[in-house]
Amino acid sequence: MPALNTSSLPDIIFMLLFFFMSVTSMKEVSYKVQFTNPQATELTKLEKKSLVRYIYVGTPTAEFRKQYGVETRIQLDDAFADKSEIGDYIINERSAMKESDQGLMTVSIKADKETRMGVIADIKQELRRAYALKISYAATQRTSF
Amino acid sequence: MAKKIPQINASSMADISFLLLIFFLVTTSMDVNQGLARRLPAPVPPDQKVEDTEINKRNLLVVKINSLNQLMVQGQLMEVRQLREEAKKFILNANDDAFYPKLYEEDFGAPFGVVRYTRDHVISVQNDVDTRYQSYLDVQNELVAAYNELRDECARKYFHMPYSELDEDTQKRIQKIYPQKISEAEPKNYGGGK
Repeated sequence: MPALNTSSLPDIIFMLLFFFMSVTSMKEVSYKVQFTNPQATELTKLEKKSLVRYIYVGTPTAEFRKQYGVETRIQLDDAFADKSEIGDYIINERSAMKESDQGLMTVSIKADKETRMGVIADIKQELRRAYALKISYAATQRTSF
Repeated sequence: MAKKIPQINASSMADISFLLLIFFLVTTSMDVNQGLARRLPAPVPPDQKVEDTEINKRNLLVVKINSLNQLMVQGQLMEVRQLREEAKKFILNANDDAFYPKLYEEDFGAPFGVVRYTRDHVISVQNDVDTRYQSYLDVQNELVAAYNELRDECARKYFHMPYSELDEDTQKRIQKIYPQKISEAEPKNYGGGK
């Protein structure tokens, strides 16, 4: 039996690789809080990744539960943060951006659907104070009720 | 005779690219970043007194969500799925009812002509500290949906195509007829909780 010609196999795999590279996005950070996105229908896509900053809200994941408890926590970048740190974080991130982009910054709030609104309202107040007025409540698509 | 160049052994190439592929599969996430886009009001300067702006009662649609995630619209208990229709009726005020917002006539230029619209309407969303985030977002979603549906209807009526396919300028002109006015109050404790 003649051997199967596999010389085009690398090319095929590379094609697959490029496909996945283009349709997926790198994970922004490793999550220290766990959250399930709420559902909504009127969603808009976040356009430019470089203009988006994320605020994660949820309960600490299993490995951090011993240290941080099970109360809702806020995560900025790679660390747990207090709500008072949000303002500084936003201002820092914004000043690192190009000047022409600073007004276009969007803050995406990725919060667990069971979060109490008190926490979200606090975050919103902090964002207002930092003049980060363009926000987006991260959600997954729901077809209907 | 030229020296024969030995061929490079490429049999491991497939393995290498497989490795790369698997690496990317693991580190990337498929989910696209979508969300409900909203705009927050600018902060009030600390030296400025908060003045209660006088809003005519008929121009105001009060939507309250309590700590048990129940919805109250204009003092009446309501299901979330009814909210969209109610909001549309409120924004449109098609029959010029006295309890819905005041209608104004304004010329928006061709092809709209003179349109009657509720210029000063405000939808006020108030929630409790203990309200679930999902319930809050449901309400926000329905209100945004009401605006989107109205804009879409307008686009279909005058341009015979969906709102999303219009160019930006035309979208902005339709937005002027249906300006999104969802205001959010500071969270308060509305009872039904601690």
